[in-house]
Amino acid sequence: MSTSIREPLIFDYSRTGRGATAQWVAEEAAPALPAALRRVTPPALPAASELAVVRHYTRLSQLNFSIDTHFYPLGSCTMKYNPKACNSAALLPEFTGRHPLASEKHSQGFLRCMHELQEMLQEVTGMQSVSLSPMAGAHGEFAGVAMIRAYHLARGDVDRNEIIVPQAAHGTNPATATMCGCVVREISVNADGDVNIDELRAAVGPRTAGIMLTNPSTLGVFERRIEEVARLVHEAGGLLYYDGANLNAILGKVRPGDMGFDVIHMNLHKTFSTPHGGGGPGAGAVGVGPRLVPFLPVPLVGVEKRAGGEHFRLLTEADRPQSIGRLTGFMGNAGVLLRAYVYMRMLGREGMSRVGEYATLNSNYLFARLQKAGFEAAYPERRASHEFILTLKRLAAERGVTAMDVAKRLLDYGFHAPTTYFPLLVPECLLIEPTETESKETLDAFVTAMSEILREAAEKPEQLKGAPFTMPVRRLDDVRAARELDLVHR
Amino acid sequence: MPFIPHTEADVSEMLAAIGAPSIDALFDEIPANLRAAPLAGIPPGLNEMQVMQLMRARARQDGLPLCFIGAGAYDHFIPSAVWAIVTRGEFYSAYTPYQAEASQGTLQTIYEYQSMIAALTGMEVSNASLYDGATALAEAALMAVRTNRKSKSARILVPRAVNPHYRAVCASSASQQGLKFEDVAYDPASGQTARSALAAWDNEDVTAIVIQQPNFFGTLEDVDALTDWAHAKGALVIASVNPTSLALLKPPGQWGTKGADIAVGDGQPLGCPLSSGGPYFGFMTTRMEYVRQMPGRIVGRTVDLEGRPGFALTLQAREQHIRRGKATSNICTNQGLLMVAGTLYTALMGSEGLSRVARACMARSDELVKALTALPGVRAAFSGARFHEAVLLLDRPVAPVLQALAERGIEGGFDLGKHYPELGPALLVCATETRSTDDIALYASTLRDILQTARTA
Repeated sequence: MSTSIREPLIFDYSRTGRGATAQWVAEEAAPALPAALRRVTPPALPAASELAVVRHYTRLSQLNFSIDTHFYPLGSCTMKYNPKACNSAALLPEFTGRHPLASEKHSQGFLRCMHELQEMLQEVTGMQSVSLSPMAGAHGEFAGVAMIRAYHLARGDVDRNEIIVPQAAHGTNPATATMCGCVVREISVNADGDVNIDELRAAVGPRTAGIMLTNPSTLGVFERRIEEVARLVHEAGGLLYYDGANLNAILGKVRPGDMGFDVIHMNLHKTFSTPHGGGGPGAGAVGVGPRLVPFLPVPLVGVEKRAGGEHFRLLTEADRPQSIGRLTGFMGNAGVLLRAYVYMRMLGREGMSRVGEYATLNSNYLFARLQKAGFEAAYPERRASHEFILTLKRLAAERGVTAMDVAKRLLDYGFHAPTTYFPLLVPECLLIEPTETESKETLDAFVTAMSEILREAAEKPEQLKGAPFTMPVRRLDDVRAARELDLVHR
Repeated sequence: MPFIPHTEADVSEMLAAIGAPSIDALFDEIPANLRAAPLAGIPPGLNEMQVMQLMRARARQDGLPLCFIGAGAYDHFIPSAVWAIVTRGEFYSAYTPYQAEASQGTLQTIYEYQSMIAALTGMEVSNASLYDGATALAEAALMAVRTNRKSKSARILVPRAVNPHYRAVCASSASQQGLKFEDVAYDPASGQTARSALAAWDNEDVTAIVIQQPNFFGTLEDVDALTDWAHAKGALVIASVNPTSLALLKPPGQWGTKGADIAVGDGQPLGCPLSSGGPYFGFMTTRMEYVRQMPGRIVGRTVDLEGRPGFALTLQAREQHIRRGKATSNICTNQGLLMVAGTLYTALMGSEGLSRVARACMARSDELVKALTALPGVRAAFSGARFHEAVLLLDRPVAPVLQALAERGIEGGFDLGKHYPELGPALLVCATETRSTDDIALYASTLRDILQTARTA
């Protein structure tokens, strides 16, 4: 039976006449508002004491798994340790207090950090120029494809509106293409995990705007014929887009720019260890090769030499007339960018290469041990990158135990579940990414738990269908959630 | 090795288990000619003490000027409890709550957030947040086109009194999908979007109109008249609102006869520090009948196997990981942690605390406008009622004045010259509850000195 850890809604702590009164500023006689514009009934917000609010949200936080409390091998999400120093530095009062439209005089410290961040990201990706403004991976994707489209339009190449994506791509890739007014052409993937080159050859042509690729791919393997892919797409007049979801795998080892990519988005909340925050904020900086530099989204941070030294300022549409424009109210998730900057400065040149190395070491170790424990690899003949895929199709067929059952049971063992059912083309799959910050002992403990679950699947498979048993709730009724919509407290 | 726990013995045992001679051998599927050279452009690593010393020095360089800029980001007081809880690892270092059983804390917080934002805006349903106020407006425009199927024009009317950065983001984010954003003039005397300015579209198909309240000038719009005009001709109403102001102002759900259809805004005033423009969070609320056209994550309350209440992501069939090229948006990661900050702030403030903040903002900004317009060469641009911002007209170019103020530790406002050249030298100023009467007096006396010195020079 599950332990019953329940926490009422904040509204249940509410009583008329109560409040966190230490937060109430003095009553002021404000100028009168026109009667027609006034609110008549106050909003139904909680009226709770400060302690009640603090205790409630502290208790809610305790219902979460997180990196700080649990191993979180969620494939494609790079759940590595988020160093506390990054947060402390970003929360220095001068940084939290800086208004986004502050004068250049009160901005040189911040802008210097941002300019150096641009340059460091250029260096690790092999790109020529970087814009920091996109606020998440999908937002960076949008910027990237919008630049590809703008590039073709600027050349009068108006019919190039096809974006090629491999079948196994993240769902954001086709969604982004649509948002940019493009159409998607899917190509298949070979049994060994590499892109089907013959289909690519058939797909490229005068309509090709570009191709969106992740490398290592979403299948957890390195696209070995990447140079041929680049040549085919470039010869057809298209550009190459690098989805940076899996940059952690190759950080310091291979650079997307050297592989032939023209544009890349980086998930700073993955590779550069800014917090995932329970679903954001992210940061999706974009880097570009020479052809796309004029189209980068503004603002960018520029530098000029002056008598007193370097002077930093924001570059806008006036400096970059061909820019795809502004994608955020100000300049993106600046506080997240500061955290990524601190992380990169702490790791430095050598630390950066170690990321790719140890992420790959941990992944291949876990891959080897889990196969030995009896799990089936989706691509057994391939090297794992920073992540790998197991398929439970045999277990599902023979014992009726699905990837979802194994994922839920892992929660009982104190491990966050891997990514399940992605990529869609591998049946009953678990996508596992340990990251470089986990110790061998943690990985060994995970193998022990997985082995135990495999034993349970053989001995009492029906019991696994009911997992988890020790969480605050059992499995939830998703059908009811969608059918009888209860989205707000009344 | 920073943040990597491996000992040499660990590495040897792990390589033996893999059957690889070295870590380098694990990269043997990568063509050798592609292997990167050492990253010469990255400086050597720093330990935590060194990096904190560096960051403190950078921070000191920027200082803590006295700030009178608003223009979309507002300097409100944030209770200590907000960030003490936001930065707890269980919120800070968790991921999107896909595994509902292990994420009930985040999921319930989102449900409570949705409830509070719906209450504040007077609307029926909310999503779990978008990136910021600007992108939320662009998403609302796209949503309006999907929702208003009777309208074929994809024409969205956007008053010039809407935040110009928001207008720019709409153009760069949504025009690829065929949306046409058309400007609506403001009345030069009142600073409001007049009903008469809409006459040009009286006989045209319009998909939606955006109404920003208070508008970018800080002026209050006649939201009822604009809303009813739009609904009478079959257009949807997108409200872009400041959440603090909603403690005092009529919520979008009650605008006009039928209420606005979609409400969006930037949640920054609710517990998010200025932080150079982000991270903030965008909010979006709408009518229940339009919920399936809404972008972003949505959390619903349901029951578990044993019939006990619990929370889960719902209506995922709208989203990119299922619908791919036909999704409502490509958004996945949103601004979860800032949503937590907004929820905590709103829960602590309650309706009484928030309305006190809103009234203090109005009182302080009124005081500011009176103090500054008492100076020779400074006058108010518009006659319309205001919330906590105002446009001032100067008798000389704004940029050098702002620079002189900055030299003396004051960020004096936002220069409107680039976006509204027709106003002449115009400055948008703001005072929140955090600016004291002394702060305002200091701004006024410093500005007097600067204007006088220039006059006598």
